[in-house]
Amino acid sequence: MTMLSERQQLSYIASQAADARLNVELETEGMTLNIGPQHPATHGTLRIIARLDGEQVIWAEPSAGYMHRGYEKLTEVRTFPQVTSLINRIDWLGSFANEVPFILAAEKLMEIEAPPRAQHIRTILFELSRIANVGLFLGDLGVQMGAITPVFLAFRDREYVLNLIEGATGGRFHPNFDRIGGLKDDLPQGWIDETRQVMKKLRGFCDEIEDLLFGNEIFQSRTRGIGVIPADVARQYGLSGANLRASGVDWDLRRDQSLPMAWDKVDFKVWTHPDGDSWARCWVRLQEVRESTKIVDQLLDTMPAGPVMAKVPRIIKVPEGEAWVSTENPLGEMGYYVVSKGDLGPFRVKIRSASFNNISITPWVLKGVYVPDIITILASLYFILGDIDR
Amino acid sequence: MIAMLPVPAVDPVLDTESWWWQPLAIVGLKVLVVFIIGLVGTMFMVWFERKIVAGMQNRIGPDKAGPFGLLQTLADGIKLFFKEDLIPERSDRFVFKLAPFLAFVPAFLIWSVIPLGGDFTDGRDGTVEWFGQITRVQLADPPVGVLLVLALSSIAVYGVMLAGWSSGSKYPLLGSVRASAQMISYEAALGLSLAAVLMAAGTLSTSGIVAAQDQLTDWHLLSTGVVPFVVFLIAMTAELNRPPFDLVEAEQEIVGGFHTEYSSIRFALFFLAEFMNVISMSALLVTLFLGGPQPLLIGSFDLFAVLGPFGGTAWLLLKVFLFLYVYVWFRATLPRLRYDQLMDLGWKVLIPVALGWFLLLAALQLGRDNDLSQVGYVTLVIVCLVVLGLGYLLFTAAISVARRNRDREGAAY
Repeated sequence: MTMLSERQQLSYIASQAADARLNVELETEGMTLNIGPQHPATHGTLRIIARLDGEQVIWAEPSAGYMHRGYEKLTEVRTFPQVTSLINRIDWLGSFANEVPFILAAEKLMEIEAPPRAQHIRTILFELSRIANVGLFLGDLGVQMGAITPVFLAFRDREYVLNLIEGATGGRFHPNFDRIGGLKDDLPQGWIDETRQVMKKLRGFCDEIEDLLFGNEIFQSRTRGIGVIPADVARQYGLSGANLRASGVDWDLRRDQSLPMAWDKVDFKVWTHPDGDSWARCWVRLQEVRESTKIVDQLLDTMPAGPVMAKVPRIIKVPEGEAWVSTENPLGEMGYYVVSKGDLGPFRVKIRSASFNNISITPWVLKGVYVPDIITILASLYFILGDIDR
Repeated sequence: MIAMLPVPAVDPVLDTESWWWQPLAIVGLKVLVVFIIGLVGTMFMVWFERKIVAGMQNRIGPDKAGPFGLLQTLADGIKLFFKEDLIPERSDRFVFKLAPFLAFVPAFLIWSVIPLGGDFTDGRDGTVEWFGQITRVQLADPPVGVLLVLALSSIAVYGVMLAGWSSGSKYPLLGSVRASAQMISYEAALGLSLAAVLMAAGTLSTSGIVAAQDQLTDWHLLSTGVVPFVVFLIAMTAELNRPPFDLVEAEQEIVGGFHTEYSSIRFALFFLAEFMNVISMSALLVTLFLGGPQPLLIGSFDLFAVLGPFGGTAWLLLKVFLFLYVYVWFRATLPRLRYDQLMDLGWKVLIPVALGWFLLLAALQLGRDNDLSQVGYVTLVIVCLVVLGLGYLLFTAAISVARRNRDREGAAY
């Protein structure tokens, strides 16, 4: 694949600067445009306040909080097992992945560990929710640029994944399947074979999207060199996940930290891209879906036997203490800082969700872009409103 | 004699003494047919588009209203008609009400100059005999036919532009700014590619253009060397605001653009105009480049010979359907260009290509008119290509110098 040369990037930035200066000379009056809270391209109720000069953004700021549901406070009046049904709804497209870090934090406080089979199944479901989440992103990408077909392909193939999650957990969107010390149930019969077939289909879907969308010249011209985030800026703004890897930072919590999960038992590649533009972010996610299908396949092959639930008391009281666990969720790093006073429920939970940090870069990255690029850049940063507002 | 008759939109073919009721009846019939084709065609176009796109996207599409969902558009129209008609407080009320008609009426009127059929057997040249009168299957055949179409499509730009401007709201304003720039710059490419056809046909009248394409090799698609056709197709897509050039109403960016503030029947008029324009411009494309209602003969075999005088109409429909399908296909596949990329494509690619090709064709035509020898022809073509090459070099040099200046300015900034 060809990469944007430094000269091209400089030229792009310089031309925009020249435009901006021209407009200052002409002293044209700007216009403030509210993109959202109700706008077809904000996936919910994010509001971007943009100061425009013609179609060019001179200043932009995200305004979150239109969908704040107070989850951090709500966890304080629930018992530990009840919390998972709440935090499922943070990133609603990859909900199982939300449960895992919280449960791991609680387990860390209780000093228990799930049995190996439970860890395996957790990892598989975690990766499946990543596929469901990012797979939909790949389809949605086209819609943000006016190509409506990919999203239907994505919905079609996400359906297979949701069926798998439903088959294992009973819930399509909000599984609430994770328990402190293991899982609610073992896998149903025939699930493993079915999953293998679905993974094959999803690799086909990735190829299809790569042909239909990533190979499209208009798509490339809309994403290459647009919204470039250099690595140091990405680090400064606390980006995580694919957004960070697309800026060339080789950082993946699945590989870089040791958790009682099964990622260390499989062999996978962490994709990075040096460009840091919208294209890189989309491309890294595409590769991630592929990697995830491979991880699932490997885990299915090495599935250990045994129980899926460790021995835990019927009434769970988490001992006093504080714990921080974060995992590499579909949207980036998601972590829970759990403070327990030895009661039935947590004393305080701080949720670090990936999208909130990921959109914090919008004022920086949206400066000087055109209105259509706002949409592309936001789409490529990939946020989920529930994940921003919690 | 006939020129003084008070018959509206009279056809020069109706040159006869006994004009009393027959010409009137014929014109009345044609108006009715064109009107019905316009409306029903649009209705089916909406259905067709939704159904085809649905098929490409693993969906079923409309299937509840009527057989195969054919009446879905009618149901939508009725629903829109009974919805509340909102006029924004800050709008310019008169222009706001006028704009939908400025978009809708030209879309309808384009149909009046499209040859809709005819009998092309036995050298009848597309004329048919109705009520003892020989006429063309075409509402009007003004000598300036194609120019009329261009003028009408320019008026339609006003509809879109004024709609966005008069809404008194920001997203429509952005849409209307885009619309005016986009449609005006693509009109230039459209006109230049059209000029090649007009030069080949030697006439502006649509019936004349159709008559000039009586064999496959005479189809302007081939006789003008495909390039004007491609330019016309792209420019027309932009002119119609169809994907991938639908920036004017880009839903994800500017929330519907110029028609954001419109509701009820005024919105329906825009919607109708858009789809009617798709059909009528496809018909124009077919008329200009693919011989309109002329049959495509395989040897001397005419696929629609059994239909007799309606064969021409069947051919036209077939060809138009081909393009309607292509448009739907575009829509299902392609992402949208960005505004500045669109302008780049229009000014830096389409207009130079159309202009260069037109000059080449003009030189060839000149050679043909002056009966040049074979050597003369070859020299002409070589000289022409050299000139075009120099022009291209000049053009790229201008672009690169401009870009370098911009870079330098930016670096100084």
